Parts: sequence; C-alpha cells; structure tokens
Amino acid sequence: MDIVVPIKMVPDLVEELEIDAEGRDLDRSFLKLRLSEWDEQALEEALLLKDKHGARVTVIALDTGDPDETLFTCLAKGADRAIKLTGGEAAQGSSRATADVLAKALKGIPHDLILTGVQAVDDRDGQVAVFLAEALGLPHVSVVSGVEPAGGKAVVARQEYAGGVMAELEVDLPCVLGIQAARESPRYAPVSKVRQAMKTLKLEEVAAAAPEARAGSTVRRLAKPEAGGRAEILEGSPEEVADKLLAILKDKGLVRS
Amino acid sequence: MSQDIAVVVEHLGGKIADVAFEMLGKGRELAKATGGRLLALAAGQGLAGLVKELGAADAVLLCQGAGLEPYTPDAHQKAFAAAVKARAPRVTLVANTTMGMDLGAGLAAELGWPLVAYCRDARLEGGTLVATSQIYGGKLLAEAQVAGEHAIVSMLAGSSPAEAGRATGAPAVEEIAAPAAGPQRVRFKRLIQPAAGDVDITREGVLVSVGRGIQSKDNIPVVEELAQALGGTVSASRPIVDQGWLPKTRQVGKSGMTVKPRLYVAVGISGAPEHLEGMRGAELIVAVNTDANAPIFNVAHYGVVGDLFEVLPLLTEKIKSSA
Repeated sequence: MDIVVPIKMVPDLVEELEIDAEGRDLDRSFLKLRLSEWDEQALEEALLLKDKHGARVTVIALDTGDPDETLFTCLAKGADRAIKLTGGEAAQGSSRATADVLAKALKGIPHDLILTGVQAVDDRDGQVAVFLAEALGLPHVSVVSGVEPAGGKAVVARQEYAGGVMAELEVDLPCVLGIQAARESPRYAPVSKVRQAMKTLKLEEVAAAAPEARAGSTVRRLAKPEAGGRAEILEGSPEEVADKLLAILKDKGLVRS
Repeated sequence: MSQDIAVVVEHLGGKIADVAFEMLGKGRELAKATGGRLLALAAGQGLAGLVKELGAADAVLLCQGAGLEPYTPDAHQKAFAAAVKARAPRVTLVANTTMGMDLGAGLAAELGWPLVAYCRDARLEGGTLVATSQIYGGKLLAEAQVAGEHAIVSMLAGSSPAEAGRATGAPAVEEIAAPAAGPQRVRFKRLIQPAAGDVDITREGVLVSVGRGIQSKDNIPVVEELAQALGGTVSASRPIVDQGWLPKTRQVGKSGMTVKPRLYVAVGISGAPEHLEGMRGAELIVAVNTDANAPIFNVAHYGVVGDLFEVLPLLTEKIKSSA
C-alpha cells in the first residue's frame, strides 16, 4: 500500500505571536515554525500501518516555512520518500490553494491512502484533507483516530464524535483521512539519526503547479481577543497567590472555612 | 441569488446538537440583515419528530432516505449539496464539529464557494459578509471580508446563546429528494460508545483538569493531591489522554466530555477552542498557566500566571490545613 502524508509547517504557539504593522497577518520575521501537530499524528498513524502491515510512506510538503529538517526527521522516523514542492509560495496561507497544488502533484505519485492532519492552527479557510479529497474526487473522513486495512481495497477508519462516541466507517481506497490522533504517541527520532538522514538521504524536489484562482476571504484585522471577560489575575508570590485562591474558594463555599 | 440563511442541523440518536440552536439564533440575526428566510436543513431518516424543535426557522428542509441514517460523510455531503444548491442561500452555517468538518469544506469544494472556518461571529455589513475566526489555538482572532454571492461559515460551539434559536413551533416542511442510493464509498459499520470508566466526570462537582503544562506522567500526583483536597476528581485536556497519561473517560472538550462543575481548575491548559467548548459552562473557573496570553484566561474567572509546581502544592497544603 502506498501511503502519502502531506505535512506543513505552522507557527509554534509556545512562542509569543506578534502581529505585523498592517494588523492583518503575523509578523513573520522572527516566527518560529514547527511541524503541525495533527500532521505529526498523521505521520505516526502511517508509520504504525507500515510497521504492522507493510506500506510505502511518502511525506510531501510545500517549500514554505523551511521544511527540510522536518522532512529529514520524517525519513529518520521511517518514511520512505520525502518530497518538497518548490515554488509553491502562492499557496501559502490557504488550505484550498495548498490542496490544489498537492492534488496536481499527487497525479504523479502513487497513493492508495492519504493521511494528513484533520486541521492546523492556521487553516482559516478550511481543512486541507477535505479540499484535497474533493480535488482528487476521492472519499474523505475527518477527525479520525485509528486506521486499519480492510481487505486490499478499503480501510476501516474510526471517526470521533462528541462525548467519546466513535463510529467505525469502511472507506474505499484511495481515500483521504483527516487524522486527529494516531493510536500511539508520535515516535521520537534521535538527533543523531536525523543528522545521518541529512547526510545520506536526499529530498526529492518537484515543481509546484499554480493553484486555481477563486473567490475567497481576506483578513482585514488580526488581533488578540478583547480584554473584556478576561480572568482577574491574582498577583503576588506563590505563597500570596495560594492564600488569595484559598480565600476565593472559601468565599464560594468550595473549601470549608 | 437568494437572501436566505441556511443552517445545517446536526443530530445524533434523535437529539439535536446544542450548537444547531446556537446557529439558528445567529442565522436569525443574519436573515434579519438580508431580509431573507431562515432555513434549517437536516438529513437522515424518520426526522419528522425533530421538526417541532426547529420553530426558530421559517422553513425546515428535510432530506430523508435509508442511505442517510446513520451518518456517513459521503452520503450526507451529497444530500446537503443538493439542498444547498437548490436554494442557493446567501450564507450557510455549519458547526465546527466532526460532521461540520466533513461537510463544511466538502460543500465549499463541491459548490465552489468560499469557506470561513472556526468562526466566533458572522455578520453582514452592507451587503458584505464579515466573519471572525478564532485561530492559532485560540490566541488570535482574524476578521475577514468574504467575497462572492454565497459562502459557508463554520461556527465554533459556544459562540452565541442557544436560547436565541430554541423555539418550538410548526415551521413549513419541505422534503428534498435524497440522492440516488447506489453503492457507497463510505460505509457505516458500527457505533462505539465510550467505555464506562471509574468515574463520570460530567457528574463531578469539582474538577482539577490537567494539560500539557504538567510535562510528565510522573507529575500527575501534583494535581491528584489538589483534587483530593478539594473533594474532586482529575480530568484532562486531549494531549494528556493521547499520551496515555490518563484514561479517555477523563477527557474534557470537543471529542471528550462537556462538563459543568461548580469548580473547574485548569492546570497547565492553554485553552484551545476544542478544550474551551467542553468546560466554558463551569460555574467557577480558575486557571494556572505560565503563559499570560494563554486563551484559557479569556474564559477563567480567576487566573494565576505562574508555575503550577510552585502554586499547586502550596494551595493543596493550605486547603488541607484549613479543613
């Protein structure tokens, strides 16, 4: 089975996000990027399928946000191919345009199963998994945690609903699944192994096709949420803060006074 | 082009999701601005019983057929695409739920309309649709102008009051022909109910909830001790459960449980929209986080910007010695 995992780099939310002078986008000059956490889960699910049932895993990314080291990390973890789509800057910031570019690239890449993150922290115009499926004319399922082969022509995907309820859906191959979580925590690739991959392996480069022009939406203001409704922040040393919290809990009858 | 506003109504096990009522309330505001009708759209089988709960809508469009119950993404997308294409509403609201994630982008792609996802608000300014998305883990709001005559807007749960869209009545019902039932590419196998756990966190009065900030499984006792001192139970955000540090039955949020305890202490939880959805209804919310910009502080009543490993043991001791 050929599994393709489209991945992308996103701002690391651990860092402070600065807004640019126009107030419409992030200030990207010092932005720290990381692999989207849902894509990391999608890769893990692909590697688990490979470990258990055998598969060829291809990771593919637009060449935006400097994905090289991340792609080598994917190879170090066990992916078989890593492809970088060069010149795809026009698609940056749009899931829909990213899906266009990926769909055109996938015409030349074998794919039985496409696993990618169900969402990303910046996919304001929608989810890549669904747009990609539609562009390729394939069935899709979102919010999947757990994929198993079902014969050679389908997979069983577990789709999560609210309240811990899940459905098992049998999906014909090829298909696109938006992964929420892999069955196990994403594996770790030691730095030495990543370095070795960087020295001995090569990223394949494919020129990105142009995304289609279509009506969309334009951000006119990017801002932090209004201060209204914000928590009253308790100030002081840990000791003082603990005293204040205790007083509040006593006042509300949550701790006996 | 019609000036109608459509709301995709989700239901599971004969129960309409709360977020559908929230969207009907929001949809009514939009319909007032456009002068159009408010349409509720539902797909499935045996839906007549749901109609009376959808009194907030001017009309209910039902797409019914054996292939539409239970839910599958492929069949439902076809059904809703047929309904939406026929009515060509100005704005179609879907929820940012599992079904909404399948359908929102699916409909947008199939119809060639723009989608704005993760919205907390949508309104019309003149004739222009303006939608505000909550992105970057809830840290930023992006207000966007939407081009075109039609758009799909995906709404986050808890963005507007459900009461505004909850009305009984007898709205006009229109049946939409179900797509031809042929071989399906996505087939429902079975529904899996959550395993009964040691505790039911939806029934607990006090929850001390733990997130990524706890750093390691070995640190879980720090929150367990506080929960014990408060006579409560430990719950968690998704990453903790995905790591296997606490069982799935303890998960609060979109794909976990929705809880409304008297006290919710969020420890090391940044407060992504998926988590807030499950706990914003708690009576008293206290948050402890090292990041002063963490979105959890937007829903908490009291906040501590600091190290949980310093504050929690002190608080636990003080509670114990005051009892």
